[in-house]
Amino acid sequence: MNGHGRMKLPAPNALVGGTLIAILLATAGTGALWTPYDPLKLSFREKLVAPGALHWLGTDEFGRDVLSRLMAGAATSVWISILTVTLAVVMGTTIGLFSGYMRGWTDRIIMAFNDALLAFPGILLALGLLAVLGANKYGIIVALGIAYTPSVARVVRGTVLSLREREFIAASRVMGNGEGFTMLRHILPNCIAPLTVLATSMFGYVLLAESALSFLGLGVPPPAPTWGNMLAGSRPYIDQAVWLGIFPGLCISLTLLGINLLGDALRDKLDPRMRGAR
Amino acid sequence: MFRFALTRIAMALPTLLIVAVSVFVLIRLIPGDPAQLMLGDLATPASLADLRTRLGLDQSLPVQFGIWFGNVLHGDFGQSISSQQAVLPLILQRFLVSAQIVLVAVVLASLFAVPAGVIAAWRQDSALDIGLVGAATLLLSIPTFWLGLLLLLFFGLKLGWLPVVGYVSIADDWKAGLLYLVMPIMTLFLHEMGVVLRMARASTLEVLRLDYITHARAKGLSESAVLWRHAFKNAFGPTWTLIGLVLGNLLGGIAVVETVFTIPGLGRLLVDAIFARDYPVIQGCMLFVAFTYVLVNLVIDLCYPIFDPRVAAE
Amino acid sequence: MSTKAFSSEVGTGSREENASNKATAPLLDVADLTLKLGASGRTLVNAVSFQVFPGEIVGIVGESGSGKTLAARAVMGFIPPAVRLTGGTIRFEGQDVMAMSGKDLRAMRGSRVGMVFQEPMTSLNPSMLIGRQLDEGLELHRKLDSGQRKALVLDMLRRVGIRDPEGALESYPHQFSGGMRQRIMLASVMLLKPALLLADEPTTALDAVVQRDVMELMVELTQANDTAVLLISHDLGMVARYCSRIVVMCQGDVVEQGTAEDILARPQHPYTRKLLAAMPQRLPARFLPEGGTPIVAVRDLVVDYPGRQGFFRKSAPKRALHGVSIDVKPGEVVAVVGGSGSGKTTLGQSIAGLVRPAGGEILFNGKPIAKSDTAYWDYRLNCQMVFQDPYSSLDPRMTIQQLVGEPLRLVEAMSAAQKKARVAEVLTEVGLGDGFGQRYPHELSGGQRQRVAIARAIVRRPSFVIADEPVSALDVTVRAQVLELFDELQKKHGFSCLFISHDLGVVEQVADRVIVMHEGRIVEEGPRDAIFDDPQHDYTRKLLSAVPGLESTGDGGVRLFWRRGEGEASA
Repeated sequence: MNGHGRMKLPAPNALVGGTLIAILLATAGTGALWTPYDPLKLSFREKLVAPGALHWLGTDEFGRDVLSRLMAGAATSVWISILTVTLAVVMGTTIGLFSGYMRGWTDRIIMAFNDALLAFPGILLALGLLAVLGANKYGIIVALGIAYTPSVARVVRGTVLSLREREFIAASRVMGNGEGFTMLRHILPNCIAPLTVLATSMFGYVLLAESALSFLGLGVPPPAPTWGNMLAGSRPYIDQAVWLGIFPGLCISLTLLGINLLGDALRDKLDPRMRGAR
Repeated sequence: MFRFALTRIAMALPTLLIVAVSVFVLIRLIPGDPAQLMLGDLATPASLADLRTRLGLDQSLPVQFGIWFGNVLHGDFGQSISSQQAVLPLILQRFLVSAQIVLVAVVLASLFAVPAGVIAAWRQDSALDIGLVGAATLLLSIPTFWLGLLLLLFFGLKLGWLPVVGYVSIADDWKAGLLYLVMPIMTLFLHEMGVVLRMARASTLEVLRLDYITHARAKGLSESAVLWRHAFKNAFGPTWTLIGLVLGNLLGGIAVVETVFTIPGLGRLLVDAIFARDYPVIQGCMLFVAFTYVLVNLVIDLCYPIFDPRVAAE
Repeated sequence: MSTKAFSSEVGTGSREENASNKATAPLLDVADLTLKLGASGRTLVNAVSFQVFPGEIVGIVGESGSGKTLAARAVMGFIPPAVRLTGGTIRFEGQDVMAMSGKDLRAMRGSRVGMVFQEPMTSLNPSMLIGRQLDEGLELHRKLDSGQRKALVLDMLRRVGIRDPEGALESYPHQFSGGMRQRIMLASVMLLKPALLLADEPTTALDAVVQRDVMELMVELTQANDTAVLLISHDLGMVARYCSRIVVMCQGDVVEQGTAEDILARPQHPYTRKLLAAMPQRLPARFLPEGGTPIVAVRDLVVDYPGRQGFFRKSAPKRALHGVSIDVKPGEVVAVVGGSGSGKTTLGQSIAGLVRPAGGEILFNGKPIAKSDTAYWDYRLNCQMVFQDPYSSLDPRMTIQQLVGEPLRLVEAMSAAQKKARVAEVLTEVGLGDGFGQRYPHELSGGQRQRVAIARAIVRRPSFVIADEPVSALDVTVRAQVLELFDELQKKHGFSCLFISHDLGVVEQVADRVIVMHEGRIVEEGPRDAIFDDPQHDYTRKLLSAVPGLESTGDGGVRLFWRRGEGEASA
């Protein structure tokens, strides 16, 4: 009864979140093709220039244009995040579907391994994998992709198991449909909603993890700009050039805010159990 | 209750074993001679040969794992390549530094955020609720390494109240030591407040919709009795689990905060080891943090029946 | 525990005197109560007026969306945040509830007005000891020391039939069954001897047999304390049995109110007549040819559910069916009835092939289906099922047309055009002819969804349909329509049917033959009239005592009669 009145208005969190993400994607898209200055071009005469008419967001310690680097960084971060999320979703969905489909001992063993991988908290597994794979753009994608696969697998398997209890799955079996057909026709399509919610918030986690790793110097190596390594580079100059520390962080925060708001809105809309909880 | 505890503990054992296998396999995935990796470039042929026999490299992989895991259980995590120290004491020393920050931050954040979340849920959709949820979402969206940098900029550089670089152990000089801890703790505190508040609010909302809350009101109980006596305990379970996850995740991700504030903690140890290719330390850190995480969650699980007696009955 | 203790006269006799004695002031006087949804302004309760006098039992009857629960909860001052009171008054003991201060409201709640909820699984706090929950109200409203309170609590627990009251104090709600929890709930409320009890579907979530025990207990306790009851229910039969007066609500309006006898025998409003007409009624027995091969024969079916696997012990598998044998003849509707845990659902699922039996065999047209692939496929294509919950049995991501057409995928003999024509034909048969094909399940009402489920079950023209509680999730009037449709289709297409239900009323209407199950075994089996008129087994009698028999009085009215339970003398 609660929702009826508010349903008609667009949820404010969806609106704000959507706008922020649209701006991010537009920036990343533009940044991949065009930036005001060359983000890599050194210009020692113009180092540490404060934000102004020529350099809207100032320049860094090598005289590189901060706005250009932020735009190029957005392109890199978004691209890495999209690839990573795709990798994790594809691998996790495959494992989760298979495990939920097989059930029994196969399921137990797969899930025991899956849960053990989930026992590596936060970015620890990614750090360990980076130690093996080497710190570079592709290392990050593979490391984070593997690190986030177990949580996708868990969600998908959970969804599969709860869907199997629903009567429409029993109905499909009574019709004479095979298990494989039931899986593809009835179970997989019904996993899409929870996967959408998960992928959205995971995009945020991955972007944050990528920034954190780059911040630690284990991500995309300089001179290629990412928001994380720009922030790390700003640390020594923070007292003379505040803008170096402000803008990359602001970009990350606004992006994450947008994703969190959008994620809340999506969850409200797609997950009936949480409906009304907000 | 006893059976419940025993079952939970027994369920953690295979997880620990698989964690150990994963760490072992991960390091073995690195191309090259494991003995060479463990000793670094300066190893002598004699020490290499010695380590090869000790690691059982001429035997099958499961046997090698058995030898390695046996050593781990005896507290022998090997020796750091760069510092030549034994790995476990090194990890423990660094762990204490990180643990004090994480623990204090999470306890403080829970003390503030849980009541705030409950009240936000109770006043759902009021200006207070929207304000609290908005603030929480904002806090949770700011990455800790930037939040730390902002605090540093403001309290350290602009106001000059707190030291900017360095670290002094509380054990050596508690006054100075405390000053170095304020900002890292505040950083994590602010961030986790956002996380915990949202969870506390969501689980309270779930509970407030249930009949027993209306039943409590129908008895004539005051709103505060309904909220704290009936709703709170039932709503706290999920938040309690989340607090466990947060504790562990912070241990895994604290490297960034330690980097901002130049604190010699466990996270920094791992990152430096990755840079230095100090594999014994990498292996030790991963194993230690993952084990700690499993144990913290085990303790959290064992306490869960306090909030929901149904769990122990299953 | 047994129904022996109470005669079924408890409810009405003495209460009617109270009801007619309207010289006294009403205990509760609701006048022109109007509630609207805040944002849209939709009217949820429209100028509703009714009164409850001291000591009487008044029933509010209506289907979902009638506003009955909202109106009743408003009596306690419970109005959901999204709902606004736009008019009318509620006076309890002469005081305007809506004008009361928070303090006065809380003093009234629990002490003067008590409330019993529908769902015993969620109406007690799961993390608080029973003793504490019972004590709470006494502590708040009565000036007694803890020893006196404990004595009162123990006495009340004993009165509601809790075997070990001392032990119960130190227990949590999950340690009790649904029926026991509802008794504890009653104890909690009646401890304070309120003047008015609001009972919102108090037995709907319980098993039929337990339902009656709990109702009788409620009537006895309230009568002993001279507590008036406002009973909210969708079940007209149950309300008529216990209430002196009935208020009929439909979509926010009170359409009719009067004494129980008048409402039943001389309904004035068309909606009341519709409700009465929707009560299941026995139709003359059909003639079915004797003998012949059963279309489906089940022999000594045994089903085990695996025990829970713990780390230290593996509990023994639980046997759900202990060697059950049944025959279903061509064109016959066989009903399987029983309470929860009787094994009736397991029986249906194993016959449908959803649960693997541990022993026994199923024969289709005389051939065992486990023996050959052809026999299995012949059976698979000819056996269909209608499920209980129309919200869960339809894939939410498929259109109605896709849903109904899906079973035809495996029919090789039909062309695409023929399949399309068949889907259209079946949709028309179930009354979803125009424009429903392209819709999704969430755009349909519960009754419409169940029609889709039926269409899907019969689209292949099966010779055997299993219906597992097909109408129990539906509103009363919708239930009647769906049953009618089902009956019509069964007659038209002549499929045999295994009809599984806990509701004897429904069974009485549809079944040719009845099988009564209890704890995984068949306890009684026979033609419908024999089972209903001359039950042999105690369990069957107990089941029957919970449902009314119906007699039409003409002019849309009915007269109810109640069968005697186990051990009670037959009247």
